[in-house]
Amino acid sequence: MNERGDSTLPVRIWRGNANGRFERYDVPRHPSQTVLDVVSHVQQHVDPTLAYRFACRVGMCGSCAMTVNGKARWTCRTHVDTVATDAMLEVAPLNNLPIVRDLVVDMAPFFDKWAAAKGAFTPTATRHDDFAQVEPASPKRQAIDATIECIGCAVCYASCDVVGWKPAYLGPAALNRAWTLVNDVRDGAGAVRLRAVSDDAGCQACHTHQSCTERCPKHLSPTAAIAGLKRRVAAAAIKGQL
Amino acid sequence: MSDTGTWAADSAHRNRSRTARAAAWRFVLQRASAAVLALCVVVHLATMIYAVRHGLSSEAIVARMQAGAAWPTFYAVFAAAAAIHAPLGMRTVVDEWLGLRGSAVDAALGLFALLLLGGGLYAVHALAG
Repeated sequence: MNERGDSTLPVRIWRGNANGRFERYDVPRHPSQTVLDVVSHVQQHVDPTLAYRFACRVGMCGSCAMTVNGKARWTCRTHVDTVATDAMLEVAPLNNLPIVRDLVVDMAPFFDKWAAAKGAFTPTATRHDDFAQVEPASPKRQAIDATIECIGCAVCYASCDVVGWKPAYLGPAALNRAWTLVNDVRDGAGAVRLRAVSDDAGCQACHTHQSCTERCPKHLSPTAAIAGLKRRVAAAAIKGQL
Repeated sequence: MSDTGTWAADSAHRNRSRTARAAAWRFVLQRASAAVLALCVVVHLATMIYAVRHGLSSEAIVARMQAGAAWPTFYAVFAAAAAIHAPLGMRTVVDEWLGLRGSAVDAALGLFALLLLGGGLYAVHALAG
């Protein structure tokens, strides 16, 4: 409670670069308040120099992920009630990515790995061809349905132990994207993509800890996608197609 | 593209392909050796428990080892699977925990594999006579 009798929440927010420190702020509590609301309150009413990212506020854009009480989360859809169980909130930038300032990390390594994993669609048809016919119930399309909703928030990447131990590791999101395209019958990258994800820093490096799957705000399973890549790459190697 | 450029692209492609195949085969060998080890460990432990509970002497065990090719073959396969599996696991451990990687590490682990295989087969040979 503050002097007016309103309920307040003590919040520790990371300030500065990698050598920064936590600073404490007291933020008014509101019903259904999200962690992003808390951070926005600090920036709008306490310290306008606080740097953080957000865009859509509705869990679509993937830009507002931060470390909340030790775990990576999308802050726009995380209610304070569900995470501030000890009546304390600690907000830090995502792990495993370079800190630019305050709560903003440099996402370049994350998206560079999407490119390294051949995460771009490689078309095989031209404008003169008819539309591809993809049966919604086909196993490949079903496999894509399980992976396609990734919003690129990097929660999985920040939660991955292997990325922490081996910074070159492509990470769950890039491999999930590669698996999506491996199952796309219209894509022509084939063995090129399988070669791109078969490496000491590729799909075989995954230890199946499943932190990515546990934390994914879209409830995807990058672990299953990576397991699929492992099987597909192994089969290609055995058949001499790698 | 110039000849030099084509050669560089071909060379990069071959290197990428070789790296990918090596990683894939390491994965296949580690999983396959793990499957063999799982079976071997179960049989080995069950045999040990049987031997202890039935009061088999060391002489009786050695005699059974020398009675035919089955047990020496089983333990040779066990040793070979361990010699494949352990260095591949160690390779990941020294990479992730110590940051050690490269051809020198691979050579050292290859030597480790040979030591495991040699030690294991020597023990089998010593027991089977």
